Amino acid sequence: MISIQNVSKWYGDFQVLSDCSTEVQKGEVVVVCGPSGSGKSTLIKCVNGLEPFQAGTIVVDGTSVGSPKTDLPKLRSRVGMVFQHFELFPHLSITENLTLAQRKVLGRKDDEARRKGLALLDRVGLSAHAAKFPGQLSGGQQQRVAIARALAMDPIAMLFDEPTSALDPEMINEVLDVMVELAREGMTMMVVTHEMGFARKVANRVIFMDRGAIVEDADKDEFFGSPRSERAQAFLSKILSH
Amino acid sequence: MDFTQIVNAFPSLGDGLLLTLELTVLAVIGGVVIGTLLALARLSNSRVLSWLAGFYVNYFRSIPLLLVITWFYFVVPFMVGWVTGTNQPIGAFTSCLIAFMMFEAAYFCEIVRAGIQSISKGQVNAAYALGMTYGQAMRLVVLPLAFRKMTPLLLQQSIILFQDTSLVYAVGLMDFLNVARSQGDITGELHTFLLFAGLVYFVISFGASTLVKRLQKRLTV
Ligand SMILES: Nc1ncnc2c1ncn2[C@@H]1O[C@H](COP(=O)(O)OP(=O)(O)OP(=O)(O)O)[C@@H](O)[C@H]1O
Ligand SMILES: [Mg+2]
Repeated sequence: MISIQNVSKWYGDFQVLSDCSTEVQKGEVVVVCGPSGSGKSTLIKCVNGLEPFQAGTIVVDGTSVGSPKTDLPKLRSRVGMVFQHFELFPHLSITENLTLAQRKVLGRKDDEARRKGLALLDRVGLSAHAAKFPGQLSGGQQQRVAIARALAMDPIAMLFDEPTSALDPEMINEVLDVMVELAREGMTMMVVTHEMGFARKVANRVIFMDRGAIVEDADKDEFFGSPRSERAQAFLSKILSH
Repeated sequence: MDFTQIVNAFPSLGDGLLLTLELTVLAVIGGVVIGTLLALARLSNSRVLSWLAGFYVNYFRSIPLLLVITWFYFVVPFMVGWVTGTNQPIGAFTSCLIAFMMFEAAYFCEIVRAGIQSISKGQVNAAYALGMTYGQAMRLVVLPLAFRKMTPLLLQQSIILFQDTSLVYAVGLMDFLNVARSQGDITGELHTFLLFAGLVYFVISFGASTLVKRLQKRLTV
């Protein structure tokens, strides 16, 4: 579904990604972790072309992301993305947030978009808030709406960039629960997170990044059992002790 | 002071005020539209477009408004006539309106540009991630958010424009101040009329400005 081959990226002289390669199969859940500044966000943003890269190839469902011929908006409309800071549109109501791209990008009719949006809102347990504005919801609620907004586009895969790291601890689980359910339904997911409980529960594989490189790419059990790299071991012991 | 003269002059003063307001509103609308296009050009990836828009803004911000007004009144009709081959004068109101739109667009451009730049990268990315094109992201997300933030500044600039419309006396357009002055001349009560005109400008500008400040408070909470 997602194939990343020898991807490198530079900001001027500074190399953010160096020779990253990995694959995410259909229905697979891959967790990406690593220290701050290691390039996790950059890598995941390369997958839907939000960040350009200078070397290597990324292919999503048969479409090459880096190719100049690729219709990037179209590709992005098929890949959902959830951000650390939710990024709901503050000038629009929750319902409008859920329907805007369905109508304008996919060309769905008003009532169809609405039905779909409200069904997903119900699924994340927030039907009662349809008429509110993002600023009136808690962080956890906003993030659940953001997930529903991405799902409303019927994505073939979902990308998450630290979806819970801006949340108060008591709200983390309500978001993780939604993600766990999504994973169990067979959604293809690439998730940047430090929530190792989530990784243990649903991940198929765990990728560990450091200084722009994929240092470790292992099955979950293998990763938690006996990470091969020292840096991954050190990182794990640090975050698990918290 | 003879205030009955003012009361007698109400119909023509009213016409003058109407012209002033009409000119202000139309110039603001035109100026914001052109200014927004200029801002998009300045922020675009095209070097040429960005340079042209930048030149436009710097040019109009470096010359006096009075010059622009007279320039558009005397030169532009001549140029239009030369291009189209006809000899139709375009009229003082239209030429002034165009002058104000073009001039104010330079100022509105800078306000809109700052507004667009104040929208976080995350919001823009969210719009793109949903599959929006550049145009859709601008139209549906960035500009609505930017205008919301900019409204107080845009209104403040509009109030300045409202006062600046009095410069149209230079080309003989009968705006509020010009009517007040000529009525003052006719009745021999120039002082009274000018005082009255000052009062009207003050009430409108100060009133609008107060409203804007209140709006600003509401927008920031
Ligand atoms: N626009 C930019 N220009 C220059 N350097 C950048 C830019 N964006 C990111 N970087 C650098 O690239 C590196 C990787 O950033 P990235 O955001 O991908 O890291 P991350 O692994 O997601 O970190 P975090 O856990 O803090 O989110 C960092 O060192 C960052 O400073
Ligand atoms: Mg990051």
